Amino acid sequence: MTLLSIKGVRKSFGSVDVLHGVEIEIAKGEVIGLVGDNGAGKSTLMKTVTGMYQADHGEIEFEGKSITGMDPGARRALGIEMIYQDLALAKQQDVASNIFLGREPVKKFLGIIPNMVDRKTMNIKAQAMIDDLGAHLPSINRPVGSFSGGQQQTVAIARALTFNPKLVIMDEPTAALAVREVQSVLDLIRRLRDQGISVILISHRLNDVLSVTDRIVVLRQGRAASNLITSETNMTEMVGAIVGSGDMAHAAAHESAG
Amino acid sequence: MSVKENPASHPNFWKRAQVASEERLHVRLESLVVLGGLCITMTILSPYFLSVNNILNILLATSTIGVLAIAATFVIGSGGLDLSLGSVMGLSGVVGAYMAVNMGLPAVFGVIGCIGAGAIAGFVNGQLITRAFVPAFIVTLGMLGLARGLGLVISDGRVIYGLPSGLLYLGQGRPLGIPMPVIIFLTTALVTHYILAFTRFGRYTLAIGDNENSTRTAGINVERHRLILYTLSGGLAGLAGMLFMARINSGDPTAGISYELTAITAAIIGGTNLFGGRGSILGSMIGALIMGVLQNGLNLLAVQSYYQQMAIGAVLIFAVFIDQYQMRKEARV
Repeated sequence: MTLLSIKGVRKSFGSVDVLHGVEIEIAKGEVIGLVGDNGAGKSTLMKTVTGMYQADHGEIEFEGKSITGMDPGARRALGIEMIYQDLALAKQQDVASNIFLGREPVKKFLGIIPNMVDRKTMNIKAQAMIDDLGAHLPSINRPVGSFSGGQQQTVAIARALTFNPKLVIMDEPTAALAVREVQSVLDLIRRLRDQGISVILISHRLNDVLSVTDRIVVLRQGRAASNLITSETNMTEMVGAIVGSGDMAHAAAHESAG
Repeated sequence: MSVKENPASHPNFWKRAQVASEERLHVRLESLVVLGGLCITMTILSPYFLSVNNILNILLATSTIGVLAIAATFVIGSGGLDLSLGSVMGLSGVVGAYMAVNMGLPAVFGVIGCIGAGAIAGFVNGQLITRAFVPAFIVTLGMLGLARGLGLVISDGRVIYGLPSGLLYLGQGRPLGIPMPVIIFLTTALVTHYILAFTRFGRYTLAIGDNENSTRTAGINVERHRLILYTLSGGLAGLAGMLFMARINSGDPTAGISYELTAITAAIIGGTNLFGGRGSILGSMIGALIMGVLQNGLNLLAVQSYYQQMAIGAVLIFAVFIDQYQMRKEARV
């Protein structure tokens, strides 16, 4: 069953054409690797999916319905979450505030005054989510800016998973992590697939992409240039598709060596 | 400061008190300690300080700046700046007085005129900032001149005297012995504190100031929120203008000159982060009261007013120093 289909999406900034009609389909529970050189349009494409950018042309459908004109909040409500490379955390706010930003539960203060944010519920749920991820934070009541990089990423991941997403987009989730943390992110991606949640993984770490995805889409110069089944491809083919020409054995060997 | 706390001697107690103060009151403990210390010092130095009358005097003197500090807290907390607060306050007083005196409209139109004129000026600020993408500093600096000039044009450069009694009551009435401006100021502070500290609106305000981009990815309409904030800021400046006008019984086109800086000072002393993301109304009220108590106390002690300005300047720098010191120690922000 197709969850997300990107149909002929074009996007340009001024005179710079970034996306020239991208076509990608993603099934429910599928893990896709999205790879390509810097400037190939990976992040831009994903931002047209989350609604941060509006596509100039083309259609984006989610569960068979067009979401092209929706704003980021509406798309999030449908179950599209993204973990940004810079994590996009409000660093002076605490864990629960970040996880629930834009979706705070409210209650009535003293039973009459409306719209009071229900901090207690938020804290309980936030703590449960952090525990679920098997992470340890010094305290969920501290500003997230006081945490280490890995801990901050846990908060960003918890935010993406708290509201039962159907599609999770991860932009370079392993770029800044230590070895053990990388493994736990990859394990998490496998767990999400088992739960039927689709994942789009953007990464320059091709080994990670090969080890965890079902399919790899290579973006080159704003187009989906290749579509590789992970179990039937190898590093050489992937690197060749990314770079586009020539004998890539040397580069592939270098990547394999990690 | 006369108070010397030594955090090192009982780290647990001090730390816990800090956390409790932040979580329960949304006020930095340091501001409370400074305010408490000031009050104790003044009480020892002057027998008049701790009287009901004097405390009401302090609150009355703080009411106008206090309302402006509320506006400053919202805008600065969202990572913005409103330099037009004082000018808009002056314009609002003139518009309200003009409607009530020159046009002879009922007192309620004086109130509507003040708050409406302020809100419109704020709305214009907000539109220019969110739609024309002119930086807030520039827009509100321009509005500082525009609003001041417009006030002088409307009043023809003269003070508009002789408000109707209904308006006068708002500035000089004393139900139960409490001055009306104090009642209006404290009510406004309570309501806005609730909004900033406990509602979604308040959380989004601080989130925008903290990380605009992440707030946008969370699906919050940042531009619309900013527009509301600047309109609110202008409306509050209008309320301050009304309080001032009613208290001095006239619409003075030169009212509120440089008040925006005093209001910003109060907000910063109270713990608002100048670059956004942190702040509370109660904190800013403590900041405004620190300045009010300092001025009042030095007046009682017959210290020349020049020294008061120096003292407030020193307190501002000291407050931000304490803040930075703590941040460096704990956070990686």
